[in-house]
Amino acid sequence: MIAELGLAALWLAAALALLQCVLAGLGLTQSRDDLLSGVRPVAVCQALLCALAFLCLILLFLRSDMSVLLVAMNSHSAKPWLYKFAGAWGNHEGSMLLWVTVMGVAGAGVALLERTLKRDTHMATLGAQALISLGFYAFLLFSSNPFERLAPPAADGQGLNPLLQDPGLAFHPPTLYFGYVGLSVAFSFAVGALVTRTVDAAFARAMRPWVLTAWVMLTIGIVAGSYWAYYELGWGGWWFWDPVENASLMPWLAATALLHSVTVLATRDALRAWTVMLAVIAFSMSMVGTFLVRSGILTSVHAFAVDPERGSFILALLAIYIGGALALFGARVGTVREGKQFEAMSRETWLVVNNLLLTVILGVVLIGTLYPLMTEAFGHKVSVGPPYFNRIAGPLALMLMLAMMAGPLTRWRRDKPGLVAERLIWPALAMAGIAAALGVASWGKIGLLPFLGLVVAGGVALGSIVPLGKRNLRRTPLFVWGMVIAHMGCAVSLAGMAADSAFTTEKLAAMKPGDNVEAAGWSVTFSSVAPVAGENWSAMQADMIAQRGGAEALLNPQNRFFSDPPTTTTESAILTRWDGQLYIVLGDALDDGRWQVRIWWKPFVTLIWLGGLMIAAGGVLTIIGRERRGWLLKLRKIHAGDWG
Amino acid sequence: MAKTGAMKSKHQRLILAIIALVAVVAAGLLAASALKDEAAYFYAPDDVKTKGVEPGKAIRLGGMVVAGSLKKAADGVTITFDVTDGKATVPATFTGIAPDLFREGSGVVAEGAFDETGTFVATELLAKHDERYMPRELEGMNYNAATHEMKADR
Repeated sequence: MIAELGLAALWLAAALALLQCVLAGLGLTQSRDDLLSGVRPVAVCQALLCALAFLCLILLFLRSDMSVLLVAMNSHSAKPWLYKFAGAWGNHEGSMLLWVTVMGVAGAGVALLERTLKRDTHMATLGAQALISLGFYAFLLFSSNPFERLAPPAADGQGLNPLLQDPGLAFHPPTLYFGYVGLSVAFSFAVGALVTRTVDAAFARAMRPWVLTAWVMLTIGIVAGSYWAYYELGWGGWWFWDPVENASLMPWLAATALLHSVTVLATRDALRAWTVMLAVIAFSMSMVGTFLVRSGILTSVHAFAVDPERGSFILALLAIYIGGALALFGARVGTVREGKQFEAMSRETWLVVNNLLLTVILGVVLIGTLYPLMTEAFGHKVSVGPPYFNRIAGPLALMLMLAMMAGPLTRWRRDKPGLVAERLIWPALAMAGIAAALGVASWGKIGLLPFLGLVVAGGVALGSIVPLGKRNLRRTPLFVWGMVIAHMGCAVSLAGMAADSAFTTEKLAAMKPGDNVEAAGWSVTFSSVAPVAGENWSAMQADMIAQRGGAEALLNPQNRFFSDPPTTTTESAILTRWDGQLYIVLGDALDDGRWQVRIWWKPFVTLIWLGGLMIAAGGVLTIIGRERRGWLLKLRKIHAGDWG
Repeated sequence: MAKTGAMKSKHQRLILAIIALVAVVAAGLLAASALKDEAAYFYAPDDVKTKGVEPGKAIRLGGMVVAGSLKKAADGVTITFDVTDGKATVPATFTGIAPDLFREGSGVVAEGAFDETGTFVATELLAKHDERYMPRELEGMNYNAATHEMKADR
C-alpha cells in the first residue's frame, strides 16, 4: 500500500508540475491574472506531494519491505535503523527522488517566500522551475521508478555497500543535493528574468539569498563529503580529484563566481548579462555532475548500479535544459541593457578577476574530468589524476586568493591604486615574514606549492580582517562579518591543505603485539588485537597506545567484515589534537602473527574542514544580515493580519 | 557628455567580453598543455609488451592478478605479484596496505611507473570496492584461475 501511495503521489506531483508550467505559460502570454493566481498554490501542493512520496520511500526502507525491488536490492533487515533510513537515498532511484523532492521544496519556497520580485518575473521563474522538475519526474517515473514491486518478495535484502554504512550518509547527500538543486532556483530566476526582460539590480537582490543558501548547502555538503572520504576510505587523503568529487566542485566554483557577480549586480547594477549567464552555468554544472555520477559513465562508489538507458535520458534532459537556456540567453541578451560603469581600479574589477579565475578553474576541471571520456570514445584509455589538477588549479587558486585579499580593501566604482597598496601593506609584510621564516626553517624540504600556500594563507588571513580595522565592530553590518569570516575561512582551509601536504609524516610497518614505532614525536605501541562484533559486522580490532610528551591515548583501528554484502573495510582510528591528527589504519594479518599498520601524523589537517565550515558560516551570516530586514517587515505584516 | 558615456559604455562591455574570451582560451590552452604532460595512459600488459613504456613514465596498468604469483616480502608491507591480460604478463611490486578486495585472480588497476628492470612499481592500487564496483578499464574481463586464461569481450 505504502509503495502504491508513494507512486500515486509522485504521478500527481508530476501532473501538478505540468499544470504549473501551463498556468504560468498561458497566464503570461495571455495576461490572464486568474491563471497566474493558481501558480503559487500549485507549486506548494506539488512540493507537498513530492515530499509525501519521499516519506513513503523512507517508511518502506525503515520497515524493510522486501516486496519493493529497491529495498530488496539495497537494504537488509539486520541493518541499524540509521542506515535503513539514510539508505533510502543511498541508491540511484532514491537519490533521484530526493533530487525532485528538493527541487519541489525549493520551488515552494520561491512561491511562498519571494516577495521582492516583480509578479511576472516571479511567475516565469516558477514556470521554469516546474519545467525543470517535469523532466526529472519523467526520468523517475519512466526509467527509475523507486516504488517498483518485486514478486515474489525477497527473503531478505542484498544490503547496502558497507562503505556507505556511516553516519556521513545521513548528512552528506542531502546537503549536497540541497546545494545542487538549490542552484536550479538561480537558473529559474535567470530564465524568468530573461523571459520578462527584467535583468536589473532588483532582480539580483531577489536572487541573492537563494544563491547564497544553495552555495552554503553545497559548501557544507562538500566539506562533509571530504571528511567522510578522509576517515572512511583509510587512504589518509581528503581530496582525490575523483570525477564525482569534481562533479560537486564544478557547481561550487560556478556558484561562488555567481554569488560574487550577483553582489556586483545588486550593489552596483553592473555585470548584468554575465550574472545571468553564470546562473545558467551553475545549475548546468549541477546537471552535468548528476549526469556524470548517475549515468554509469564513470565507475565509483557513487555510481551504484546503472544502465545505459538512464545515461541517455539524463543526457537528453541536459541537452534540452542547457541548450534551451543558452538559446533563450542568445535571443534575449541583446535586450539586457548595459550596466553601470566602473574604473579599472575598483572593487568591481577585482570581482571580475575573481569571476574570471573561478571560470578558468571551472573550465580546467571540466576539461580534465571529461577528457578521459572523450579519448575513450576514440579508443584510448586515459586517466587524468591529481598531477594534472594540482598543477593547474593550484597556481590559479593562489592567484584567486591574492585577488580575494585585495578586493575587499578596494572601494566600489573608483579607487586610487596608491591607497589600495597602502592598505595592503600589513598583509604583504605578513607574507614576506612567513616566506622568510619558512625559507630559513625548511628550504628544500617542502614543495613550492605548499610553501606558497602557507605564505598566501597568512597574507589572506590578515588581509581578511583589515576591512574591520576602521569600523566600529558593534555597528559593523552582519554581511560584512559574513564576508570577513568566509574569506578568513578560505585562508584557514588553505593553511590546512598546505600544512598537510608539506609536513605529513607517514610510517608503514608490520607490527606484532608489543611492538613500538616512532613517528613525528609520537610513540605508538601496538598492545593487542582482538575480535569485536557490531550489529551487522564483525571485526578485528587493535589496541594502539599513542604517547606524546607524557600524555597517552588509546586508538582502535579495525578491519571490519560485513556479511551482507560480503565485504571487508578498514576503519581508521583518528586522534585529534590541537596541532593535527594522528591517523592509524590496520591492514592485513601476516602469516607470522604480525599486522600491517599505517600511521600518519597530519599537522593542522583539521584546518581544512574548519575553514570550510567558516566559509559556510560566513554565508549564513551574510544571508541573515541581508535578509533580516525583509523578514522583520514580513513578521510585522503577519502580526497585522496581512498574509498577502 | 551623454554621447561619450554611451561610447565608453559600449567600450567597457567590449573590453570585458574580450577579457572573458581570452580567459576561456587561456583555460583551454593551459588544460591542453597540462593534459599532454600529466594524463596517465592506461596500459594492459600486452600493450606494454607491444608498444613499450619508458621507465619512470606514470601510467595505469590494468589486468588480473595471476593466481599463485602474490608474495609478501620480509618487511611485511611490500608485495610482489604478476599482472596479466591473458596475452602478456608483467611483474609488479607495491609497498603499502593493499585494498580490501585486492586478491589473486581478481582485477586490479595499478598506478605507478616501470623501473629500469621492467618491474612495475605501483604507488597506488585500485581494486574492486564490492561486487558491483569494477574499475572501468577492466569491464568485461574474466580470468580463469586454473588455466590463467583471460577472456576480454572487447
